[in-house]
Amino acid sequence: MRVIYTDVLVIGAGLAGQRVAIAAKRRGHDTIILSLVPPKRSHSAAAMGGMQASLANVIKGQGDNEDIHFGDTVRGSDWGADQDVVRMFVNTSPKAVRELAAWGVPWSRVRKGDRQVIINGEKVTITERDEAHGLLAQRDFGGTKKWRTCYVSDGTGHSMLFVVSDHVIAEGIPVHERTEALALIHDGSRCHGAVVRNLITGELVAYIAKATTIATGGAGRVYRVTTNAVICEGTGMALALETGAAALGNMEAVQFHPTPIFPAAILLTEGARGDGGLLRDVDGHRFMPDYEPEKKELASRDVVSRRIEEHIRKGKGARSRFGEHVWLDITLLGEHHIKHNLREVYEIAKYFNGVDPVKEWIPIRPGQHYTMGGIRTKPTGESPTLKGLFAAGEAACWDMHGFNRLGGNSVAETVVAGMIVGEFVADFCDRTENDLDVSTGLIREFVAREQAKIDDLLHGKGTEDATRLRSRMQDLMTDKVGIFRTGAELESAVAELEELLKKSRNLGVRSKSTGSNPELVTAYRTQKMLKVALAIAYGALTRTESRGAHFRVDHPRRDDAQWLKRTLATWKDETASLPTLEYEQLDVKKMELPPGWRGYGAKDYIDHPDTSKRQAEVDEIRTKMEGADRFAVQDALMPYEHLLPERLRGRNERIDERLPL
Amino acid sequence: MNEVKHRKLKISVLRYNPQDPESVPHMQTYELEEADGMTLFIALNEIREKLDPSLQFDYVCRAGICGSCAMLVNGRPALTCRQLTKDLGDEFTLAPLPVFELIGDLSVNTGKWMRGMSERLETWVHAKEQEIDLRRIEEPMDPELAEKLYEVDRCIECGCCVAGCGTARMREDFVGAVGLNKIARFKIDPRDTRSDDDFYELVGDDDGVFGCMSLLGCHDVCPKQLPLQTQIAYVRRKMVAMAFS
Repeated sequence: MRVIYTDVLVIGAGLAGQRVAIAAKRRGHDTIILSLVPPKRSHSAAAMGGMQASLANVIKGQGDNEDIHFGDTVRGSDWGADQDVVRMFVNTSPKAVRELAAWGVPWSRVRKGDRQVIINGEKVTITERDEAHGLLAQRDFGGTKKWRTCYVSDGTGHSMLFVVSDHVIAEGIPVHERTEALALIHDGSRCHGAVVRNLITGELVAYIAKATTIATGGAGRVYRVTTNAVICEGTGMALALETGAAALGNMEAVQFHPTPIFPAAILLTEGARGDGGLLRDVDGHRFMPDYEPEKKELASRDVVSRRIEEHIRKGKGARSRFGEHVWLDITLLGEHHIKHNLREVYEIAKYFNGVDPVKEWIPIRPGQHYTMGGIRTKPTGESPTLKGLFAAGEAACWDMHGFNRLGGNSVAETVVAGMIVGEFVADFCDRTENDLDVSTGLIREFVAREQAKIDDLLHGKGTEDATRLRSRMQDLMTDKVGIFRTGAELESAVAELEELLKKSRNLGVRSKSTGSNPELVTAYRTQKMLKVALAIAYGALTRTESRGAHFRVDHPRRDDAQWLKRTLATWKDETASLPTLEYEQLDVKKMELPPGWRGYGAKDYIDHPDTSKRQAEVDEIRTKMEGADRFAVQDALMPYEHLLPERLRGRNERIDERLPL
Repeated sequence: MNEVKHRKLKISVLRYNPQDPESVPHMQTYELEEADGMTLFIALNEIREKLDPSLQFDYVCRAGICGSCAMLVNGRPALTCRQLTKDLGDEFTLAPLPVFELIGDLSVNTGKWMRGMSERLETWVHAKEQEIDLRRIEEPMDPELAEKLYEVDRCIECGCCVAGCGTARMREDFVGAVGLNKIARFKIDPRDTRSDDDFYELVGDDDGVFGCMSLLGCHDVCPKQLPLQTQIAYVRRKMVAMAFS
């Protein structure tokens, strides 16, 4: 049995995982990263449009700050987010974007003087300030009051990922590529590392660490129609779930992006609408203003996706042999803008659909895009129930997105969470009480258990075909656990998923290679994916309200009285066919921004009994402190700075908010 | 709508599994019915699901942005996820990229090669200060320069340029167009403090810019249409000047 010891083990080499690793390494802790693929191939590269940070450099971002970013994010979340975590995030995001600027990301920059932009379908001239010349530029994105999204053309994630990956190389951090964690090694209360399979040789190796961080991204591939890369299968979340100790939070909160290209479901950035693109129906009519007169195409993603599907259900979709869709029209942006600022959109339309977006409309239809839920952690990134296990990025639910994430907040979250959680991982490893103390018997037991599972798949008597089970699961999730959900459909989806899970305990594979074996990989991943799919579907069935991206046709109102709480799913019994669901109440009495109307979408919701009282308190504090600086007011409402690692505290400088020298 | 008659595709794949001592390299032909909008990503997955579960290949983003899926299509390096089958004949061949270590069938270890290249060329900004004050406004940069940097920063390390390179076939340690493009990228980045002397140390030899025979296969096959010819010429001009200074 091979055992590798390290201080910090990071599972996943996207932006979040690599940034955690850099933080830990810089604090002097030996760190190893595991990755299914070379780090620069991670799905972080697919984040096109940009990263939200309230720098307020562009004129349309003037006056922006942490307070406004906070409000937009909490409203976007439909009050599902942890407001402390949102505060930590919005204060760190400007630091993260500036750090990446220093590290070499070629952020698009502000050019002083006049420029023509498209706003609400009209050409408008705006004038950028001289003092902003050469600073980071921001573009408009959905659900935001200011232009806040910093970007690199439409290859933001790519450039960020390359810079961070190269920084990992500069720090000399080893990345063990083409390896896959199969199980966490733990004793029910303390995590000690993972059993890891080499995807080329098939060898199982135990990685033993003081701190283990899961940063494996989302679970989009449990759906048939998803923008996610083929490696985003939610298996990292399943690692935590299968411990029986760690919990997954809010798995029913799944985002559907409004504009994946149809039918391949490849993402076309929100920047296309942020820069002025319009949505049109079968008649060429721009329909979003009919539904959302305020924000139009730039309401939050959950709202725009629902409006598109609603419009298609009214018979207003364009038809093709693959089904119905609507159109994304960016022709009004002009050739130069499309080929420079929306270059990936141009290439994807050209290569996959043979469409020239300079002259033609692009067919789009909403598809699964983002997993708001994930491994439940404290604001430090550590699991509250399994010591030594941390999570960051899309795989985690520390919970800054609640029930809907804003565009531009996920790629920002990856690096912000990487910075914050990375410091807490280092703090954890600094403490002597967290020194490695693990029995070799425990390690042996876990490795043997995983080896037995693989041997059983290869040489057992199983007859079920993993590809068939997986494809049925994906159909069920897209058809019955999608944008519009009903109790009846969810019930039938859960029942059938349970059947699929039971069948998945009887899988067989035809190719018997113990080394590189794609069929074997599909088999053991499918077992894990079905558990994640069940956590999503069962959570959705049980939550009898609508909040953010979770929309129940039979319970269309947000119900704060009953449901202002976070779903926690655990899998305590390996033989069970359903997760155990528990709920964690959100405390209205501590909220800086008590629940209300989002400013777009439905105005109809049921208040929590504490809301009016808390709102009155908040109003009173604001009135009493009128004229005080905004930091003092914020601190009086909901102090949070003590939650941040010391080196990440402090105000952020802006053109209109200078810091003393 | 009329029933469209689909073509029968004959796809010949170079099979070899170096992990298996019994395996010998050979071509294997799969027959598959074409579908509307079919890409090689869709075709290969269908082969794996229906015809041969052991076939090895790599896809991640399937959107032409991550660089995992480069192969030789009829002998020419290409990103296969965005290659539509309708643009190919009824019969065509697929083979793994040369130069890189073979994992099996169509899967090669580009990650290992690229990490080695990055370590050697130190493909990161060598900044003046280790610690910066993150609370302060960022350093300004000329907007045109930022655009120029992104233009060459778009490389996805797919390996097509290396597979299409004559020198890389002969010199194991040649850094390839991917490496030279990175040198050009960091050379024009004002945040990087390295001098021409430093860059000369990295690429001023036959494993670097002087190994290039100007065949420019790299430029022709780059799926991101990076201006590799210009970039290599730029690095060579600077390095020749260094050699004579």
